[in-house]
Amino acid sequence: MSAVISTDICIIGAGPVGLFAVFEAGLLKLRCHVVDALPQPGGQLSEIYPKKPIYDIPGYPEILAGDLVDNLMKQCAPFHPTFTLGERVERFEKLANGSFQLATTDGTEITCKAVAIAGGLGSFEPRKPAVENLERFEGGKGVHYMVRDPEHFRDKKIVIAGGGDSALDWTNFLAGVASEVTLVHRGTTFRGAADSAEKVKTLAEAGKIKLVLSSNVTHLHGNGHLQEVTITGNNGEAETVPLDAFVPLFGLTPKLGPIGDWNLDLTDDAIVVNTEDYSTSLPGVYAIGDINTYPGKLKLILCGFHEAALMCQGAFKYIFPDKKYTLKYTTVNGAPSL
Amino acid sequence: MEDIRIYVEEAPGQRRELEAPTDMGLSLMELLKANDYPIQATCGGMALCATCHVEVLAGPPLPEPSDDEWAMLDTLPVLHETSRLSCQIRLHPNLDGLVVRIADPA
Ligand SMILES: Cc1cc2nc3c(=O)[nH]c(=O)nc-3n(C[C@H](O)[C@H](O)[C@H](O)COP(=O)(O)OP(=O)(O)OC[C@H]3O[C@@H](n4cnc5c(N)ncnc54)[C@H](O)[C@@H]3O)c2cc1C
Ligand code: FES
Repeated sequence: MSAVISTDICIIGAGPVGLFAVFEAGLLKLRCHVVDALPQPGGQLSEIYPKKPIYDIPGYPEILAGDLVDNLMKQCAPFHPTFTLGERVERFEKLANGSFQLATTDGTEITCKAVAIAGGLGSFEPRKPAVENLERFEGGKGVHYMVRDPEHFRDKKIVIAGGGDSALDWTNFLAGVASEVTLVHRGTTFRGAADSAEKVKTLAEAGKIKLVLSSNVTHLHGNGHLQEVTITGNNGEAETVPLDAFVPLFGLTPKLGPIGDWNLDLTDDAIVVNTEDYSTSLPGVYAIGDINTYPGKLKLILCGFHEAALMCQGAFKYIFPDKKYTLKYTTVNGAPSL
Repeated sequence: MEDIRIYVEEAPGQRRELEAPTDMGLSLMELLKANDYPIQATCGGMALCATCHVEVLAGPPLPEPSDDEWAMLDTLPVLHETSRLSCQIRLHPNLDGLVVRIADPA
């Protein structure tokens, strides 16, 4: 996929802090494009603890992490942010006129007047199983570490590997989309959500999916594109299964990734910022939320929200050095919109 | 209460001895982090991230993993028979002599 997107601020990271930055930028009439390596917004809240209550968000004595993300999405919606999800920002370049050009792993290009890095712990990357030839079939040749668009698998033969919640959930969902779904799990029991495990078993008993327990996918074969996998049982017996796509779902883990190579001042994998406006060592580039560091830094959502508000003021001045901005309360301006 | 000794196998046959207090309610993950081992422990010890994965190589028997710990271990691509989440192991006097290896971060 390839596209060129032009915006005022490109926000790298759709965690809570990146999403709130969209709202704060919107109040200043700045447009935002948000990129995240995850297929859904919310950062750590969606990936690690969507069902856990949070108690330290002002005005919410208790709110589930997943609900906070939904609310942040609603709060920034009036400003019509655009999103590129499931792609990691890889390339980063400052142009002679002070603007920026960014590119993702999938070739999406973004030009913008300022960059806000809200990258948290880094981009969430898939944990990869030890399967021969795995890398050879990455990048659209048959191996998918996330399900971004279930339609991609319509009427295809797929093999899913894993025993956690996402392997179970996607097996259940794709059973009605793909022409053939095989779930391979190295154990004999599933300890993920009991109802999803039950559903998988019912589908298997009804012959709607194939369940291969006590086994691992060990080899991938194909000529250019993935054509077959070898599934080896814990007893050493192996079978070869033809397929169109292999979907190993072993969770994601955060890695600092390319942000470390963008020549910004870093300390212990965190970006050093000026607390006046959360600017980095490169003018026009800001860092907010868990990814930044300064004396007294607290890695809390609340603190990231505060940083987002000050960052937008700084970005406004960078983008419009000649315009004067006077602070107005949202209660004065009425319902926010661009 | 007496300190106990925990051993970390840093390379085959190469073990580093760590002295661990047992009266502070620490987890093995916290002990490893305090000794600058490169584990992320993203979730801070809530059995939600599996970035504190260790392999238990030898030593006294450990209590069985809880369902939450199992569920998290199940998500890992590489699981050893003695894999554990170090944040779920409390340092206790009867763990003296435990030998662990920090699993490769996937
Ligand atoms: C279990 C747990 C419980 C917590 N409880 C609380 C709590 O009760 N209260 C509280 O205030 N805080 C809590 N926290 C901390 C809170 O989750 C973080 O402070 C918060 O998520 C930081 O938000 P963020 O937007 O900066 O980063 P993140 O939530 O980490 O989001 C960053 C996003 O950036 C993306 N990204 C990074 N690099 C790239 C790139 N190159 N290209 C594309 N995308 C990229 C990542 O994929 C990720 O989605 C908790 C954390 C955990 C793990
Ligand atoms: S620290 Fe997250 S599972 Fe142990």
